[in-house]
Amino acid sequence: MSNIEERVKKIIIEQLGVKEEEVKSEASFVDDLGADSLDTVELVMALEDEFDTEIPDEEAEKITTVQSAIDYINANDA
Amino acid sequence: MDKKIILVTGASRGIGKATALALTSEDSFVIGTATSENGAAAITEYLDGQGIGMVLNVTAEGAIDDLITTITKEYGAVEVLVNNAGITRDNLLMRMKDDEWSAIIATNLTSIFALSKAVLRGMMKKRNGRIINIGSVVGSTGNPGQANYAAAKAGVIGFSKSMAKEVASRNITVNVVAPGFIDTDMTKILTDEQKEAIFKDVPANRLGQPEEIAATVAFLASPAAAYITGETIHVNGGMYMG
Repeated sequence: MSNIEERVKKIIIEQLGVKEEEVKSEASFVDDLGADSLDTVELVMALEDEFDTEIPDEEAEKITTVQSAIDYINANDA
Repeated sequence: MDKKIILVTGASRGIGKATALALTSEDSFVIGTATSENGAAAITEYLDGQGIGMVLNVTAEGAIDDLITTITKEYGAVEVLVNNAGITRDNLLMRMKDDEWSAIIATNLTSIFALSKAVLRGMMKKRNGRIINIGSVVGSTGNPGQANYAAAKAGVIGFSKSMAKEVASRNITVNVVAPGFIDTDMTKILTDEQKEAIFKDVPANRLGQPEEIAATVAFLASPAAAYITGETIHVNGGMYMG
């Protein structure tokens, strides 16, 4: 559980070039972490690679905060 | 493989072949595609160890994704994509069949969408990429008998500009090279009279050589062209000046 959380946060830090302390659970990629639309697409791509999964577009659209990314991976990572 | 992977479609002859050859270097590995096994083998032969020929029929279901997956697995992510494969199905609009229209759109426009999308993931990760689409002067001027071809080639320009804006921040450039009348199999069939008529519109008063298109593509693929994106470069001896 915490392992997944750490991995997700690490990817967010790398992809968005933000500081670890900024990556709070409730932080929104666009509003709080300065991501643009292409950044969010890339972030989903990076999550797919890290967790070796494919995230459908309709699910990807819902991944807008740090917590929602963690929740998605937790729910779908077998 | 630590070489730069370059993919050129329609590389068995003409502009595609000249381009594949122009892009060979010590630091690059060029993959040229042809629609047949024989064509692919011929590409492997002329690349002479600096690349390989592979089969690609751009309109076959799933063929583009399969090819990119194979290339990525065997050689690495494509860093330079030259969308050159194309066909003509000329006819006056009054006589143009639905399939003459749709074949041109599928081969000359939809394939560029599919190939560009397929290589983009790798380019985004590398924060580096070059896509060079071969257009045509008729995409800007129109040409009687080529409503389908001109529409597809004009579509390539709009597509390239949009994609260029989307991915510019990732050091990926998307440009069009638009040839005029070039000395290829497509123009070899012209009679002297037809050529005479064409040359009236070409201030340079000659056909262009495939190598002259290839040199423009090679420039756009080079580090020197990093700040050029969404542009259409016309190479036509003055026939049309954008």
